[in-house]
Amino acid sequence: MFEFFTTLASQSFLQNALFGGILASIGCGLTGSFVVVNRIGYMAGGIAHSVLGGMGVAYYLGLDPFAGALIAALLAALIIGVIKLKWQHQEDTTIGAIWAVGMAIGIIFISKSEGYNTNLMSFLFGNILIISDEQLFIMLLLDIITIVFVAVFYKQLVAISFDIEFAIVRGIHVNLFYLLLLCLIAITVVLLIQVVGLILVIALLTLPAAIAKQYVHSLGLMMLLASILGMLFTSTGLFISYEPDLPAGATIILVAGVAYFLSSLFKSLFRYKLQSRFKP
Amino acid sequence: MTNIAIEINELNFSFESLLILENINMIIEQGDFAGLVGPNGGGKTTLLKLILGLYKAQSGKISIFGKPIKNQRKLIGYVPQYANFNSDFPISVEDTVLQGRLGISRCFGRYCRQDKAIAQKVMQETEIHDLAQRSIQSLSGGQMQRVLVARALAAEPEILLLDEPTANIDLRAEKDIFDLFKTINQRMTILIISHDIGFVSDYINKVFCLNKTLVCHDSTPVTSDTIHTLYGGHISEVHHHH
Repeated sequence: MFEFFTTLASQSFLQNALFGGILASIGCGLTGSFVVVNRIGYMAGGIAHSVLGGMGVAYYLGLDPFAGALIAALLAALIIGVIKLKWQHQEDTTIGAIWAVGMAIGIIFISKSEGYNTNLMSFLFGNILIISDEQLFIMLLLDIITIVFVAVFYKQLVAISFDIEFAIVRGIHVNLFYLLLLCLIAITVVLLIQVVGLILVIALLTLPAAIAKQYVHSLGLMMLLASILGMLFTSTGLFISYEPDLPAGATIILVAGVAYFLSSLFKSLFRYKLQSRFKP
Repeated sequence: MTNIAIEINELNFSFESLLILENINMIIEQGDFAGLVGPNGGGKTTLLKLILGLYKAQSGKISIFGKPIKNQRKLIGYVPQYANFNSDFPISVEDTVLQGRLGISRCFGRYCRQDKAIAQKVMQETEIHDLAQRSIQSLSGGQMQRVLVARALAAEPEILLLDEPTANIDLRAEKDIFDLFKTINQRMTILIISHDIGFVSDYINKVFCLNKTLVCHDSTPVTSDTIHTLYGGHISEVHHHH
């Protein structure tokens, strides 16, 4: 049990894993809160999965897969955003198509490259134990971009999430901010891929924010609490998975999932108790 | 000389080849308290959203104090229908009201002291200042309606547009809120959508009856015949006594 801590003190790979989890949690707390209140988990899922296309192409060409992931994520975000704004009634079908086509492109390119299985698995499910110093630096950079953007445009982002028609009447460029919000999701997805992989991204993006929403009544506090919960889940998941040598990404998601389940259960029991107390 | 607040000329609007509004002509003068009544599906909300610039008309012209809506957004306060509202959103009453300052506030980033002072003032006027820090999730229908009115007033508009502001509240609260509108009307023009023609007639000075086209307007006296043309079929007259 203490092996985790002795290794953490001496080995940089485990330190990097822990820092990586913390950095990813900041992004997922901020962006995840917008995903939850806007109820756009499906759109975020489409962006996350189609990223495999970009990773596959970059990998095939011998480039950094994460650069490919970032480009693909931003591209998918813009395509999905334009579809949402222009052809609302076709939204779910089109997102589903982008979701699957992106993955198909990725699989084809990766299958034509060397080291097919190991790399595919780490793209899909993440590999938090091999985060390099450069990757940590890039994650820090993506976090800073996210924090600055949310801090500067907090008012506008809250307004379009809360009541988009009122935001239009107040003269906000809602289409622009909507697309920027989706780009923010794209950036966060890339941040999370190394930690939990692109298939599990959605869980880490939505579960901490969904739990936070049960306890606080402002979007700012929701972001803060979601970030802290994210850090707690990634660190706990990493700790649990280390000694029995379980896949860290999957363990992190299980921790988050169990926490969400318990929190919802607690909330509904509490509400039930409150209601029965006020019954005549 | 009176100014014309809202002027609509020969407006037609259709959605997916279905004609929703036909040949609408309408003049609302500054200081009016105008009511827009008519059956469900008659196009009331659509007309309001056209005035707000949320929809584009195929033909016709709408001007706000003589200019197109695009340049006049700052003069308009909007209270949407409560029923379509995301009341599950994690936000306080004060932060909701502050949203009315968007596009008007000169402050970058956060809301500044002047915005907060105006928010305080309109929350006092709408009698919700005690609720300022409460989450909107915990409000009753009547309280939420006042929050939405306060948010519209926070823009310090010249014209207030309200879509069924009393659809979800009881008669007593409805009278209170109309008394509030009466006070607000002393400083701004109001256009209100209502399903309750009898109730609004005690407050408004102008009425427009809409069922795809304007069946009656302020110069036509509202008689049983007009109501019949408007709603069709048989309806029972209910007289309100306040």
